[in-house]
Amino acid sequence: MNVELQNIHKTFGSVHANDNINLSIPAGMIQGILGENGAGKSTLMKVLSGFIQADSGTIFLDGKPVIIHSPADAIKQGVGMLHQDPLDFPPLKVIDNFILGQPGGLFLDHATAISDFKRLADQFGFHINPNAYTDSLTVGERQQLEILRLLWLGARVLILDEPTTGISALQKEKLFATLKILAKEGKTIIFVSHKLEDVEVLCDRVAVLQQGKLVGEMSPPFNAEKLVEMMFGKVITFGGRASFDPGESVLRLENISVEDYRLKIQRVSLNLRQCEVIGLAGMEGSGQSLFLQACAGLVRPTGGHLYLKGADLTTHTYHDFKKNGVVYLPAARLEEGLVPGMTLTEHVILAGEQRGMFINRAAATQKSQENIKSFNIKGRPESSVESLSGGNQQRALLSLMNDPLDLILVEHPTRGLDIESVMYIWSKLKERCRQGTSIFFISSDLDEILQYSDRILVFFSGQVSPPIDAATTSVEQLGQLIGGKGWEKITNTTEAANA
Amino acid sequence: MPDSRWNILLLRLGALLLALIFTFLILLAVGAQPFSVFGDIVGGALGSSSRFSNVLSAWVPLVLVSAGLLITFSAGLWNIGIEGQIMLGAIFTTGAIRLLQETALPPALVLALAIIAGMLGGALWASLAGVMKTFGGVNEIFGGLGLNFVSTSISLWLIFGPWKRPGVASMSGTEPFDEAFRLATFQGLRLSPWALLLGIAAVILVYFLLRGTYFGLRLKAVGKNPRASYILGIPTWQHMMLAFFLCGALGGLAGAVQVTAVYHRLIPAISSGYGYMGLMIGMLVNFHPVWAAPVALFFAALNIGSIQLPILHKLDSSLAGVLQGVLVLFVLLAEGIRQKYFNRKAASS
Repeated sequence: MNVELQNIHKTFGSVHANDNINLSIPAGMIQGILGENGAGKSTLMKVLSGFIQADSGTIFLDGKPVIIHSPADAIKQGVGMLHQDPLDFPPLKVIDNFILGQPGGLFLDHATAISDFKRLADQFGFHINPNAYTDSLTVGERQQLEILRLLWLGARVLILDEPTTGISALQKEKLFATLKILAKEGKTIIFVSHKLEDVEVLCDRVAVLQQGKLVGEMSPPFNAEKLVEMMFGKVITFGGRASFDPGESVLRLENISVEDYRLKIQRVSLNLRQCEVIGLAGMEGSGQSLFLQACAGLVRPTGGHLYLKGADLTTHTYHDFKKNGVVYLPAARLEEGLVPGMTLTEHVILAGEQRGMFINRAAATQKSQENIKSFNIKGRPESSVESLSGGNQQRALLSLMNDPLDLILVEHPTRGLDIESVMYIWSKLKERCRQGTSIFFISSDLDEILQYSDRILVFFSGQVSPPIDAATTSVEQLGQLIGGKGWEKITNTTEAANA
Repeated sequence: MPDSRWNILLLRLGALLLALIFTFLILLAVGAQPFSVFGDIVGGALGSSSRFSNVLSAWVPLVLVSAGLLITFSAGLWNIGIEGQIMLGAIFTTGAIRLLQETALPPALVLALAIIAGMLGGALWASLAGVMKTFGGVNEIFGGLGLNFVSTSISLWLIFGPWKRPGVASMSGTEPFDEAFRLATFQGLRLSPWALLLGIAAVILVYFLLRGTYFGLRLKAVGKNPRASYILGIPTWQHMMLAFFLCGALGGLAGAVQVTAVYHRLIPAISSGYGYMGLMIGMLVNFHPVWAAPVALFFAALNIGSIQLPILHKLDSSLAGVLQGVLVLFVLLAEGIRQKYFNRKAASS
């Protein structure tokens, strides 16, 4: 099916997520969509698959203008989307998942569905038992199930969002072979990814989004450097990185391994020293969050040892870490950091030390007023946290940190904040560094990583780079590493160094 | 929105009015005379000092249970198992008295020990639901419901088995205690000043616990956002367990009062549905301790006031339950509508 997007606009508040996107994809093509986090890839795909509606612009399917009301409507018109996290029902059987999205009928026709399922699965060489329970499948198999389901429902356009994260190399090979067969059959494949090598191997053409705009297209042979430049834009160089003489070891990781259901981080060793700032770069979901939570004791490592100022805290909980001067500031401020429905003063009481059994409200209100002043929070002691703006919530979260601290672990310290808040929050964090605190921070903003880190770890699908000196690297190198290119070079050098 | 407090109050009163109108229509439908029925309910509750003292003695277990449930509500827990916790309180109290009444201990001490045993029984039963929730992943609603059935069976087994009255086992319960092992009552009334004191003390205690202490504030934080609470350094599951324990202790105390001040023995329906009524009160007062006492009094008055309906009007006394249930539904409905309306306005502005 020919897909054409014309003048698509979509804004969320003040963010122009899709800014006049024009893209035409002929039937039988595998179209890659590249871009960093927040570039507008997902928004565009959600518009095409009916999850959200564009503010303006038109979608043409086979030349006819269409309006797609919902995901169910999209599949009816032949557009199916495969989400990064499989949208299936793990407690159900494979075959029930397969049937679920099918419209009509009061009774299930299992026999027909099973034979259809087997025929389709055979066609692509998938080996899935239709009577198995879905939660016993690997991520890759669940993905295969989803592809079969969409095809069975009549999808002629297949959108895949980051499909190669969390699946094995073999499954990836099979996936790519399948996609190529489908394209040959005349299906249109849209492949959304940040992995340059996948795009290079698979795609017939690549479109790059940056800050909501389509900044360029490229056909093979692909030029990786050029693509990175399109993705991340021109390099701006900052001066004045906060550089201090690193002191003694604060956190020492020895062959630490962590995993969740889709990622495995293996054998990371690292020594974080006093006053040091290490930035964790990578596309969202590449393992940096998991790694950070392991450093906070929120996720238990599956192997290795973790020493905090010499003490082995490997199997301890976050509260033990906290007692030892570690604080974790999560990215989801209202979900994990603050308690909606409670006031700033109440947060001050909760985070502070307990004195006696009864709360001294007057003292707490005064402390909260001091916080408001010194952290420049726009709010009152009795303001509930959810009534504050994002920037002020972040300031409030920072204001709750206790003294003294050895280690701050912070996810996306400045995401979604206005520039004034960004400057302010970093000035507060740097102040902490001067007092001897070390910082681990996650950011998707490479400029932020480069500007504030002493060393950088890059994450890619659970792989962790050796620490890279921020003074000797560049946005280009980081961009390539984030996209999975150029890893041989850095790993080889460290192996050589280790040998 | 400065007038939202008044809005809420108006909505509550509107809901009360609707509940009355609804009950009015039901009464019309069954051929009764609504005004005379309402009048008799008021008269039955407040008509004489002995009637009002009966209202107060129903108020005591109700307010104990409601106070306990405010603690678990604060922690975001639905302690449906409160019925069973009342029951276990009654069983432990009865057991303690049976064990100690033959000893040389002074009866007052035996009574005090028995009441403490009752609180312990309720607390342990609640902790069981808590343990299943924190360590077994069993939702406290299901766990509590299951334990309620178990506790009913235990009390029936005791009444018809090991604790049966000499010669004859019956639904009327175990052998009544001697006068010495009953809580003293006001002269000529069935209300015990000690029970009243316990009820009042519990409300005041819970009020200060939830309003003024670190524990109360942390409990609220855990109820609203367990994850953020944990990251702020609050030991989450320990607080939940403690909430269960305290609520169970108050439920057990209600059971102990039922045994020592009202029935003077263990009967099968010792909890009298006060646990479920307490849940309704908790929803009605939107978890504000200040309102729990008056609303519990209102519910107790309805219960006592409808006792004579079968004689006067040939109506079942469960009419009180109809009125209470309908009232809760209308209040929740009004609250739901208010939030929806309010949220839409907030979203569009």
